[in-house]
Amino acid sequence: MSKKDLGLLILILVVGAIVAIINPRFLLPINLANTSNLIGLFGILSIGQAFVIITGGIELSVGSVVALLGTLFIDFIAVREVGWPLAFVLILFLGAVIGLVHGWLITRLKLQPFVVTLCGLLIYRGVARFYTADGTAGFAFGQNFPELEFLTAGRSWGVPNSFIALIVISIVMWVVLHRSVFGRYLYAIGKNEEAAKYSGIRTGRVVIAAYVICGVLTALSAIYFAMYTRSISPASHGQFYELYAIAAAVLGGFSLRGGEGSLIGVILGTVLLQELQNLVNLLGIPSSLNFAVMGGVILIGVLVDQQWGVFRERRLMVDATRKGVAGQAAE
Amino acid sequence: MNYSDTSIAASVTAPFLSLENVRKTYPGVVALDGFSMEVRPGEVIGLVGENGAGKSTLMKILGGVTRPDSGTITVDGTAHDRLSVEASLGSGIAFVHQELNLFENLDVAANIFFGREPLRAGPLKLVDRAKLRTMVAPLLKRVGANFSADTPVATLSLAQQQMVEIAKALSIEARLVILDEPTSSLPLAETDKLLDVIKALKADGISVIFISHRLHEVERVADRVVVLRDGMLAGTLPKSDIGHDQMVKLMIGRMLKEREKASEAARAPGAVALAAKAIRTPAYPGRPVDLDVRRGEILGLAGLVGSGRTELARVFFGIDSKLGGALELDGKPLALASAADAVAHGIFLVPEDRKLTGILLDLSIAQNISLPNLPAHARRSLVSSSAETSTAEKQKKALGIKAPSVQTRTGTLSGGNQQKVVLGKWLAMNPKVMILDEPTRGIDIGAKAEIYGLMRALADAGVAVLMISSDMEEVIGVSDRIAVMHEGQISGILDKDRFSQENVLLLAVGKQPK
Repeated sequence: MSKKDLGLLILILVVGAIVAIINPRFLLPINLANTSNLIGLFGILSIGQAFVIITGGIELSVGSVVALLGTLFIDFIAVREVGWPLAFVLILFLGAVIGLVHGWLITRLKLQPFVVTLCGLLIYRGVARFYTADGTAGFAFGQNFPELEFLTAGRSWGVPNSFIALIVISIVMWVVLHRSVFGRYLYAIGKNEEAAKYSGIRTGRVVIAAYVICGVLTALSAIYFAMYTRSISPASHGQFYELYAIAAAVLGGFSLRGGEGSLIGVILGTVLLQELQNLVNLLGIPSSLNFAVMGGVILIGVLVDQQWGVFRERRLMVDATRKGVAGQAAE
Repeated sequence: MNYSDTSIAASVTAPFLSLENVRKTYPGVVALDGFSMEVRPGEVIGLVGENGAGKSTLMKILGGVTRPDSGTITVDGTAHDRLSVEASLGSGIAFVHQELNLFENLDVAANIFFGREPLRAGPLKLVDRAKLRTMVAPLLKRVGANFSADTPVATLSLAQQQMVEIAKALSIEARLVILDEPTSSLPLAETDKLLDVIKALKADGISVIFISHRLHEVERVADRVVVLRDGMLAGTLPKSDIGHDQMVKLMIGRMLKEREKASEAARAPGAVALAAKAIRTPAYPGRPVDLDVRRGEILGLAGLVGSGRTELARVFFGIDSKLGGALELDGKPLALASAADAVAHGIFLVPEDRKLTGILLDLSIAQNISLPNLPAHARRSLVSSSAETSTAEKQKKALGIKAPSVQTRTGTLSGGNQQKVVLGKWLAMNPKVMILDEPTRGIDIGAKAEIYGLMRALADAGVAVLMISSDMEEVIGVSDRIAVMHEGQISGILDKDRFSQENVLLLAVGKQPK
């Protein structure tokens, strides 16, 4: 765990302690379970975003993909009566295809990630609304999928299964990002894509893979969100989720220029964001201020991080100069 | 600033600028060591020295950007411990840098008086275009410009842009114009124009410090040559003694012998490793290039900047795709879709721009060295840091990379050591063809000699080495054969017995060698 991550963890604990003191309901099992469920849902989404951000890219279509794929998933299993395991695989496959198309447009046709995924944001939301004729996709009365519901919305030993899914995915993705050859390539490309290319890395393929990973994880979270809300109105479902994901990554120490950030960081970022949401509810802050609180905390977090970096750099320089002077004196 | 004829007359004997015993150290490096020099009004000083000799530090001190540790700077009779940027400008010292600082989207007049435009009366403070033009016209005339004040800078040639920079310098009533490598990227005909401008400045009583690696130009224009070496004054040559050999001797004195030794033994050429057959590059689509690089040789690729050498190397390394022709490796056709393909075939490139493309400054030495061959340093797709470390330790030892450990960030290393890391990552992988683009640019003399030694060792081990270089001494001293490019084509190939600066230069400008 890096110092940055540790600082974030301490912040999370301090905020938690304060909220718990002011309103002890924060620590009630039901509240913790609800919050950890949301952490699970948003965490899966944010890990996907993090893989794209590490390459210096951005994925803005996440919220719309959650709406479109969620709508399709419910439509598949509730209306078209596709078996849920098949529907599950189909949705993940569609997520991969979306990632593949984005990655291809960005690396082969040299479009900017912001532009490509902004268009995606508009297109997928539009398609989702058209698909349901601007209605709501939901389960009919009495429809049951016991296994699926257990896996997505159920609990094991009191812990939401979505949170357990996040932990499993985090461990796998931690290994991929921090230990694998592919992860090293991601960092190398984020730091300096040209130099990575000159080292013989097939940078295009690596970047496409990052968007595919993001697409698949987004699809997975779309299923979780769909099963959590159980009915989807595509006009608003998943709105701003891309911003939650980006905010979690930024809070977690990712640089939008790429090449920086850790998996633990993005998870902690997600935890802090959900904790803040919870804080707004529990402390009786008007819920209309929700976004303002979130924005304020992110801004402060990034500011502190930046100033800390400047301070450290200065200290390093002072040290170096001192050593230089001492070396001269020794001569 | 206003100076009358009498003040000029009074200062004819007195130097406009004099430096005494200037010393500047950076942590671990002495950049300038008790350096003294004088510049008299209307004098053209040629300032030469190898990279790292201290020229840029000297320029920074004169520009007021850097403060010297000790010494005195006297400008126009006033002694200073250090110059501030304002004092430097205020006393009429103007710079024309190697990289031009012009706004390409603005016209000539707007560039010259940027931030100092004459304004019309009234609350809107509109720019008085008519007045601006009348102010610019005489300046352009003085630099002999053949373009008008309202030409967009983007449409000007490099030499013309440099004239704009000089006009800008004149517009602040400069009394000393410092030209930093002004000709390094100019075609030959344009260089002549620039040298004429320098002569015109001199005739106006303005002093010029002309910094250049192109010694024959220094020879043509300088009244006196000051040679820097390792931060010290290596010598001053009066007009009568200025000559190419004298300058080189002062600049690199002790290196000359080593280079001669390296070039003594003639080698038997090996089989052709990499062959280019009528290759056409994006830079010169209409000009096919044929070139063979043989095993066991160092083939020097000389030519002026912009002659298409780097672009050729990029095609050989798969970065750019060729527009036509064919590549062969060991007699077999070679298709390259990316640098990854070239690396897979053992064709490696040490690129020209080390910091942008050679290494990743934020990664450690070990991570940089393992990067092109990462799967070999991994078990089941997981990177093994012990494998990385041991490969890197081997290269660190073999190349003499000076760093606390292989976990050190490459960004903190000196240029020479960074270049060794670039070499190390390829040497760890058994090269077949090694392409080096300006391998010693910005590297100190000691590290240069080591890199020459490495290239020779590679060639001796049967690797085909292609070295692109603009450093004439280097090309002649290190190569076994020299191919020269001119405007996208190979204008000639010289064998050892025909090596001379003159021949390389003649081919570089498209003429036949002697």
